[in-house]
Parts: sequence; structure tokens; C-alpha cells
Amino acid sequence: MIITSNVSKNFGKLKALDNVSVTCNKGECIALIGPNGSGKTTLAKTILGMVVPDSGFITFNGKNILHDWEYRKNIGYMPQIGRYPENMTIGQVLDMMRDIRKSRDTQTDEELIETFGLHALVNKRMRTLSGGTRQKVSASLAFLFNPSVLILDEPTAGLDPVASGILKEKIVTEKEKGKLILITSHVLSELDDLVTQVIYMQEGKLRFHKTIEALHADTGENQLTRAIASIMSH
Amino acid sequence: MNKIFLLYFLLSLTIPCCIFAETIKVGNGQAITSIQKGIDTAAPGDTVLVAAGSYRQGNITINKPLVLQGLNYPALDGEQKFELISIHSPYVTVDGFLIRNSGHSSMTDISGIKIYNTHHVTVINNILEENYFGIYSQQSKHCTIENNRISATSIATELSGNGIHCWKSDSLHISNNHVKGHRDGIYLEFVTHSLVEKNTILNNLRYGLHFMFAHYNSYINNLFRNNGAGVAVMYTRHVIMKQNRFEDNWGDAAYGLLLKEISDGTIEGNHFNGNTIGIFADGSSRIEMEKNTFKSNGWAIRLQANCMDVKVEKNNFIGNSFDVGTNGSLVLNTFKNNYWDKYEGYDLNKDQVGDIPFRPVSVYSMIVEKNPPAMMLFRSFITSLLDKTEKILPSLTPEDLKDDYPLMKPLAL
Amino acid sequence: MKKIIKYVIADILRNKIVIAYTAFLLVMSLSVFNLEDNTAKGLLSLLNVILLIVPLVSMVFATIYMYNSAEFIELLVSQPLKRKTIWLSLFAGLALSLSLSFFIGAGIPILLYQPSATGIMMLGTGLLLSVIFVAVAILAAVTTRDKAKGIGKVILLWLYFALLFDGLVLFLLFQFADYPLEKAMVAVSALNPIDLSRILILLQLDVSALMGYTGAIFRNFFGTHLGITLSFLTLTVWCVVPLWISMRKFSSKDL
Repeated sequence: MIITSNVSKNFGKLKALDNVSVTCNKGECIALIGPNGSGKTTLAKTILGMVVPDSGFITFNGKNILHDWEYRKNIGYMPQIGRYPENMTIGQVLDMMRDIRKSRDTQTDEELIETFGLHALVNKRMRTLSGGTRQKVSASLAFLFNPSVLILDEPTAGLDPVASGILKEKIVTEKEKGKLILITSHVLSELDDLVTQVIYMQEGKLRFHKTIEALHADTGENQLTRAIASIMSH
Repeated sequence: MNKIFLLYFLLSLTIPCCIFAETIKVGNGQAITSIQKGIDTAAPGDTVLVAAGSYRQGNITINKPLVLQGLNYPALDGEQKFELISIHSPYVTVDGFLIRNSGHSSMTDISGIKIYNTHHVTVINNILEENYFGIYSQQSKHCTIENNRISATSIATELSGNGIHCWKSDSLHISNNHVKGHRDGIYLEFVTHSLVEKNTILNNLRYGLHFMFAHYNSYINNLFRNNGAGVAVMYTRHVIMKQNRFEDNWGDAAYGLLLKEISDGTIEGNHFNGNTIGIFADGSSRIEMEKNTFKSNGWAIRLQANCMDVKVEKNNFIGNSFDVGTNGSLVLNTFKNNYWDKYEGYDLNKDQVGDIPFRPVSVYSMIVEKNPPAMMLFRSFITSLLDKTEKILPSLTPEDLKDDYPLMKPLAL
Repeated sequence: MKKIIKYVIADILRNKIVIAYTAFLLVMSLSVFNLEDNTAKGLLSLLNVILLIVPLVSMVFATIYMYNSAEFIELLVSQPLKRKTIWLSLFAGLALSLSLSFFIGAGIPILLYQPSATGIMMLGTGLLLSVIFVAVAILAAVTTRDKAKGIGKVILLWLYFALLFDGLVLFLLFQFADYPLEKAMVAVSALNPIDLSRILILLQLDVSALMGYTGAIFRNFFGTHLGITLSFLTLTVWCVVPLWISMRKFSSKDL
């Protein structure tokens, strides 16, 4: 579904992405992991077209995404830090996004808005919200338009355990609907029960891309954290 | 009986014209239709009364003392060929005519009414339209030109004469006239001891009032509006200028009052309003400017550095773009006790006189003087900044051009 | 596009700085017109406000808004929207709301007190200056990642347009005092929208007579319909070019 071929990106002297080629398919839940500054977020952003690669290309459903924007209709993105026009209320932000992305053939998915209880907060202005509530808004927006691909950048950071649980459940149900889900995270433990594949990055390079089963088999570890740690030490 | 006769006889000698004066009616519907013929038949001292109507009778020459009186403004039309009334005799009065369409000539100064080498002529209550020159006094004395309305609609100066033109004359009294649309409203050349007062002079192509070599004259209470330039006083001594209004003489090289090579003048109680330059003084000396109001002019006064002993005292300067402009650093003139609306000083001892001097020449006006294209920066931030700095640290503006005793409040003028 | 503009404007109009700016302009222009006994003079006093405050506020506000909206822009970019659409919407939102502020704060008093050709000219140039300096500001913002640097940059730009450019002109005038520069000044004025606006307004006020030969040259050029059309075209170029460059920069910008 998403194929990146030899994608490289430099920010000045820093190699954010170095010849990264990955293939992500439907129905997978892929964890994009690696230490801070390893290029996870940059990779997610190149897929979204927010960062333009210096070389290499990315296809989405077989089409090159360069200069294309319509493919993003199929992507829900939850940024690491969601900030919104300060003076707008939650309701207005939701309405605005509905306004921008509305099309006749997509049914909106309001489940997260309800379970997060955002309905009670629709009149709150964005600047008054806590980081956690903003994350809830971001998550709700990512899922709102029933996209076939979800890119979640550190989704559970800042969320309380209850909300975090709700989100994870949501991710699982969406995965089961056959969607592709990309999650970047540096907190490995929380991904244990979600992911089907792991992409591990370090210093802009793709270190490996394996299914979780293969990873377990290779390392003999059941927990993701340990599996990674074991790989790193080799 | 004899005694009485003798008395009559003596009286008739002393007042020859008044008692036995006759009135001769001429013109349309009268026995004599030709005005000239009426004049020719009249005795000295008679009144020739011209009936209303329109006359195309060419030139009318008056060569004896008489009163030529129009009834209901009979119209004398010069058909753009003739001079309408020529006066060659003293004690003539021309009263109540509509005089129009005189001839035009670049050789002789054809006029509506022309007074030739005589004295005690009165031209009063006439309307003059579209004449080359309006009223012309040539080498005449003690003439009165009063209450005439003189207008023309020329567009080029060379095709237009002056409204009231006086040459080599003396002791004239020119008052209450309205002059518009001529080359100069009133022109005085080699005229002395004359008084120009209460005239309204508008929309003339060149100057409202123009002096050339005309000494010992006064002009008082006149209004000069929207002329090429208000008043030009050139090569003249001892002119008194009081209570006049100079308004809206606006345009390139337009002045309210132009002083060129003049000396010993008094300029008092005048109002200069909305002129490009209120007073432009070049090569002038011993001039007293007192109690005038300069309001909303481009430059209130441009005092060229070749002026000497000009005293500027007790004037109001309000809302002018530049208060004083000059072209050099030499200053032989004095400024004292004026009110300047741009003054930002203080008055600690409350004597109504500011404690620090005011420098009316802005550095920007000096810059423009040296480099005219800098006018492009007119009213820009940088020029006001320059002016502010210069006020604190004078370096470019003439050191001595300052008012040491500026007033804190405007004078009631 | 309309939708995003709508939201950007709704957001900006609730901004306290914009409200303060509008109020400031309103108080300023009303007091100027009420204090001066002559409304034409009121316009002249307003001239400096328009030529200095409007560019400054437009630039600084637009820059700060751009930096503060970084995440919002990021959010929009991740949505199925063309970058061009996003950028033009942000620009249009900023330009429209600042123009609206100017119109309410200065335009309405001008129309009430001085609905003359000068007033209209002042209103027109004020609106255009708002738009131009929004365009310049977003160009500065898109080329500078750091917020403090970006704000510093626009303040320098403002200083340049409001002051340094004129200083430079003055310097050159004295350097080349021996040459007839009156006609060149017409071209030079096109290089700075603030100067161009000032001259356009001054010529409407008929102070060209004061400006001597330079004024006559200016009037011959700017006084004609062709001149006014050309000047407004130049001002439009001043909006379009920075906007176009900034849009190109934004299209390939990494967020």
C-alpha cells in the first residue's frame, strides 16, 4: 500500500533519512521505533508529504505522492504535539476539519469523540486545553474520516491510562477492519499487544523491518522491549 | 441791483462749471444719438447723460472737463477694434458704463478707458469686460479709480493686458475695484504717492498687484486670491502694505507677496493663507514685518540670504509646511516675539515668552534648497527625524536664524 | 480554500492584538479629525500613521501569526489539501483581516470626515500597504525557521522600508547632485511601496506645488490616469511577487 524506495533526507549536515526502503501493507499495524532523533517522525512526515525527500520516492497505492495531495484523503494523522488555532473551540476545530475533508462517500467515525467525552467540551477554546485533551482531539481527528491508513506519532504520550486504553482498543478494532496503521513510539512496552510488524530505525537508517513473530523467533524474547534490546546488543 | 449783478458775476468766475452746468442727453431715443457728438456739443462742465442700450460707436474722446454719465449701464462695445474712452482733459468723470471688447494690440496698449497726460480724472462705477487693458492711467495725477468691476477671460498672459494699469502717474486713489482674469490685476510702474485700497483681486494670470519702480505708495485692505502670485513689489522703496489678505496663490513659483530689490517697506497686519510661499523676499532691506498671520502656507517666508535688516516681529505662524526657508547661512535679519506653532519649548517663568530660542528653518528645507529632488522625501519619516535631531543639535541650519523670544500663545490678530 | 480563509479570519479577528490595533487606529483617526480644525490637515497627520504603523503592525502581526500557526499549518498540510491552497488561504486570511482592521479603524473615519479624492487615495493605499506587508512578512517567515530571527528580520525590513531606504535615497541624491535626478526619482519611488503611497497621497493633497520641479515631474507622471494605474499596478506587483516567492518556498518546505 505504501512503498518508500531509497528515500533520503538531509537537514543540513544531519542525515534524517538515509536510503530508507520499506513496504507497508494493508491490515498491518506497524511500529516505527528507534531512539530519539532516529528519523521516525521524519519518515512519517515524508509519507504524509510534509517533508519532501532529497532522493528516492514514495508510492501510495502505486502512485507517486510527489505533487499529489488527494491521496491524503486516505490518511489520518495524529501529530506528536497537536496545536490548533488558539482562539477556536474544540467544536469549531472538529467542524472545520469536517468542513475541509467532508465528502459524500465517507462516513465519519465519531466513536473516539464520544468515548473521550469531547462532546462535553465542545465550547472550550483550544488555548485552555491540557496537553492530554489536545491529544484526545488529535486522535479523534485522525480517526474521524475513516481513513484506510492511520499514522500516529507518539499517540499515547500525554494521555492518561484510561484514554490510552480507549485509543489502543480503537487501534485494534481499526486494524481488524483491514487498515494499515503506522505508530511511531519510543515507549516500546505499550505497543506489545498491538503491533504486527516492527520497523526499527537508527541514525536515519532502516535497521530492520520484521514481523513480530519473526522478531520473537529470532530473539526468543516475547516482550518487544526485550526483543529490541537483544537485537541492539548483537 | 448792480451790486447783486456784480456778486453773480464774481461767483460765476469762481465756480465756472457748476452753476451754469447743463445736462445733455444723448444716445438711443434722444436727439443726439452719437455720444461723441454729445461730448463735442457740450460745454466744459456739462454732464453728458447716455441712455441705456448698446452702442457700437468706436472710440469716444473726451477733451474737455465734463461728466460722462451712463444710465443703467449703457454698453459700449469696441468690436475688438477700438479703444472705447480716451480722456485727454482734466476734471473728467466717467461713471456708470458697461465697457467691453476693446481692441487688442501688441504695439499700443489699447484700453477700455485710458487717461492721457492729465489730472483729476474720476473713473467710477463702471463694468469692464473683455478688454485688453481695463483702465489705463498714463502720466496723470490725482486721479480716482473707484468701484469698477473689471474682468477678462484670457488664458495666456501675452494675450492679456492688465486690469488697472498706471504708468508715470502720481497721487492716484484706486479703491473698491474688483479685478479678475487679467494679466496683472493692478500694475503700477513709476507711480508715486498713491493709495490702493479695498480692492478685490482674483484669478489673474500673473500678479494681483504689481509694483515696478513705484515709490511711496500704500496698499491697504485688499484681497488677493488665487492669482498667479498675489503681489509683486519690485525695485521699489517705501511701500506700506497693511491689512491685506493673500489667499490661495497656489502653484509652482506662486507667492502671496514677492519682494524683489525693495527697501524701507512696512508689512503689517496682513493675512497670508494657503499660499505656496507666503512672502518671498529677495535682495530686500529694511522691511518691517509685523503682526501678520501666516497660516497653512507651503513656506510662510522665504528669506533669501541677500536680504538685510528685515525685522520679523509679533507674527503668527500656524500650520505652515515650512515656516522660514533660506538659501545661505548668512543672516542679517531679526526674528523676535513671533508665535510659532511648531515651537516645543517651555516657559518656566510664565512670562508668555519661551525660554529657549526657536529655529524656524528646518534642516530638511535646507536640504531641499541645495538638492531639489530631495523633495521626493517630503513628509517622510526620515525628514521629520532629521528635523528633530537638528533641533537638538543644530549643525546645518543657519546658527543665527532664530527667534530668541518666541511667544507661547498666538497673538490675537 | 474559502473554508480555510473563513477559519483563519475568524481566528484572527478574535485576536486581542488585532482588536487593539483596530481600536488604536480608530482612536487615532477620530482624535486627529476632531482635534484638527481643518480636515485636510487631519489627513496629513494621519498620513504618517498609515505610512509607519500600518506596515509595522501588518508585518509583525503576520509574522508572529505564521510562527504561532506552525502546528496548525502542519495539521492542514497533513490533510488532503494543496499546499498552494493552504498558503493562499493563510495569506488571504491575514490580508483580509488586517485590511478589515484598517478599514474599520481608519477607513470609516476617513470616509466620514474626508470623503474626498485624497481620502479615497489614503484608504486605497492603506489597504494595499496592509496587504503588501503581509506578503512581505510571510515571505520572511517562510524563509526563516526561528521565530525570534523571523521577527527580527521583519523589524529590520520595516526599518528599511520606513527609514533606511529614504536615507539611502538622500545619500544618493547628494552623491549625484550634479545630475538631474528628478525623473529618476519617479522610478526610485517604485522601489519602496511606502514612498510610492506617500507620493500618491501627497499629490492628491495638491502639495505638488510645494515640491517644485520634482513635484511637477511627479504630478505629470502620477497625476495622470496612466500614472495612477501604473502606480497601483506597481503596488500590486509588490503584493504578488513576495507572495509568489513565499508560495514557492512553502511548496517545498519541510514541516
